[in-house]
Amino acid sequence: MLRTAKAIWNWVDDRLGLSETLGPLAKHAVPKDAKWWYVFGSATLLAFIVQVVTGVVLAFSYIPSPSQAYQTLQFITNEAAFGRFMRGLHYYGASAMILMVGAHMAQVFLFGSYKFPREMSWVTGVLLLGFTLLMGFTGQLLRWDQTAVWSVVVAAEQAGRFPLFGNAFAHFVLGGETVGGATLGRFFAIHVFLVPAGIFAFVGLHLMLVMRHGISEPPKVGEPVDPKTYRKKYQELLKKNGCPFWPDAAWRDIVFGTVMVLCLVLLAWFFGPPELGKPPDPSIIRADPRPDWYLLWYFAVLALMPDWMERYFMVLGPMFAGLLIIMLPFFFGKGERSPIRRPWAIAGVIMVVLTIGSFWYVGAKTPWSPNFDAPPLPVNVVGMETGPVADGARLFHAKGCLNCHLIETFGGRRGPNLSNVGAKLSRSDIIIRIVNGGHNMPAYGNNLTPDQLNALVAFLQSRKKALVTLPGTTSQTIASSSSVARETFGSKLHRYWSTTYRASGGN
Amino acid sequence: MSKENSEKSPVTSQSPEELSRRRFLEGLCIALASLCGVVIAVPAIGFIFAPLLQKYPQLWRSVGKVDEFKIGETVKVTFEDPSPLPWAGVTANTAAWLRRVSKTEFIAFAVNCSHLGCPVRWLGDANLFMCPCHGGVYYADGRVAAGPPPQPLSRYTVRIQNGEVQLQTRPIPIA
Repeated sequence: MLRTAKAIWNWVDDRLGLSETLGPLAKHAVPKDAKWWYVFGSATLLAFIVQVVTGVVLAFSYIPSPSQAYQTLQFITNEAAFGRFMRGLHYYGASAMILMVGAHMAQVFLFGSYKFPREMSWVTGVLLLGFTLLMGFTGQLLRWDQTAVWSVVVAAEQAGRFPLFGNAFAHFVLGGETVGGATLGRFFAIHVFLVPAGIFAFVGLHLMLVMRHGISEPPKVGEPVDPKTYRKKYQELLKKNGCPFWPDAAWRDIVFGTVMVLCLVLLAWFFGPPELGKPPDPSIIRADPRPDWYLLWYFAVLALMPDWMERYFMVLGPMFAGLLIIMLPFFFGKGERSPIRRPWAIAGVIMVVLTIGSFWYVGAKTPWSPNFDAPPLPVNVVGMETGPVADGARLFHAKGCLNCHLIETFGGRRGPNLSNVGAKLSRSDIIIRIVNGGHNMPAYGNNLTPDQLNALVAFLQSRKKALVTLPGTTSQTIASSSSVARETFGSKLHRYWSTTYRASGGN
Repeated sequence: MSKENSEKSPVTSQSPEELSRRRFLEGLCIALASLCGVVIAVPAIGFIFAPLLQKYPQLWRSVGKVDEFKIGETVKVTFEDPSPLPWAGVTANTAAWLRRVSKTEFIAFAVNCSHLGCPVRWLGDANLFMCPCHGGVYYADGRVAAGPPPQPLSRYTVRIQNGEVQLQTRPIPIA
């Protein structure tokens, strides 16, 4: 049996030339010291393969028609055998691909592997990074729920910011003048055919360049890259300290890849895919579109930048950033590779990670979005059930103020926290602000009767302290919870005794 | 091929006529391949970019009888896009905010925030439109009250026809 199998293999191998072609590729020499830091590239490729396989599987049931896509996804998630698992694997695979491509890029940058002669590996890699992010964005759109529909509208509005042909670009994104029958199909074609074709082509080029220039050796201090001598030195290094990629180096890629795949499987099995939102009906307007986590940082950048910059940044920002990154090896293609001699490289990576991390965090919190679900303030926060303060509190909710302002822990964070505004602003300050508004606040002057304004002001003026009862006293006020946290024990003691002193008539 | 020919360099050993023939054949191959590329690529690109050139009719859509709307009230109305594709499904729906100003006058606002297109909500008690995405606020007449929107809410053309309130469809407003 084994002999027959071997004979068949020999015949196939002879006709296809597999061993002859692939053998040398698999066993090409790599530096022995290239170890665990070098696994991220293959991990990215493996994540992409997971995406292709799960994507093809999902395509067996997914119908890219605006009228049916949502129902097919419900079917896949809730009824199809392993459907929920496949969707989950596809979602976490996307996350893994983006994480790994970032790790790979950081490692290549820190090791100076983008320098001579591997400049084009860097260029093709940056393009692959762009493709990967585009796949992430278009993939979320294919979920074709309410978030996807409004995300397309937002994307079209951003496309519309392009000078000269912005309108045309926006209509290209929409597939017309509105979201409709033509919109989903183009994102399906981009996500399933166009960009994957680009990825296959550039991954092929990227790997060919790896074969051509070899895996870069771990950088050493005091060994700068000199184009005149590098190639010769590299070949000598491989002769002295090289090993075949398969299996001497490849085993680490396989181990890391296996761990990654197992993590994806566990996540997909136990947590499943993201929930589908409401149906993709543009007339359902209670919507709050958000990108998936990997683009939340960019979402936060756009939300937080000054208004005057927006138009320019939306168009020029990604272009300049991409250009700067691509041009890196053409400015810094020689010299020291070791990160110890390139502290700016380390600082740069730390800064990028912290910046993106911070924007991720803020993007998840979205303090700039009003809180439409804020309930009316409870009595124990207002402190009164009747009277102008209570009326003011009800108005504070009804007029939408609570959507943007915090009172204790209730409300939104779009505007300033007003829990202590009575201690900070005078009555006339409060009135001026309510009547005239500000840059991020509407003017309520024409929106309130004099009685309503008085009630609101009374309520806001009462926002000085939270009402509590201290032991052995009548109802006293102490600082609100946020300022208690900052108050020292000594000042708390002083306040208690001085209040008790006044209550006792000064005796 | 004779042993002599195979030993000689193929290019340098050729006569000027053969070189010229080779150049002609190279040029012919490139030209024909380019022709194939063009005859496929032009209609393909045209197909993909057709939405940019297409003219969409703007139609009148009924959103309800005049008597259904109370004076002073702002309500959400829904209507169908002009000429939707048969497979558009629910994505062919569009919403608008409609207010009856007087017995015969109506105003209709697009739900799209002028900042980045997110759907604005009407807060009746506050008399404001508010956008969930970046906190853009509009007064009842659509003027920008606060936040990042660069311009007022777009409006639909409204008419009353045979006792029905009708809106004229329009593209999604692009800033």
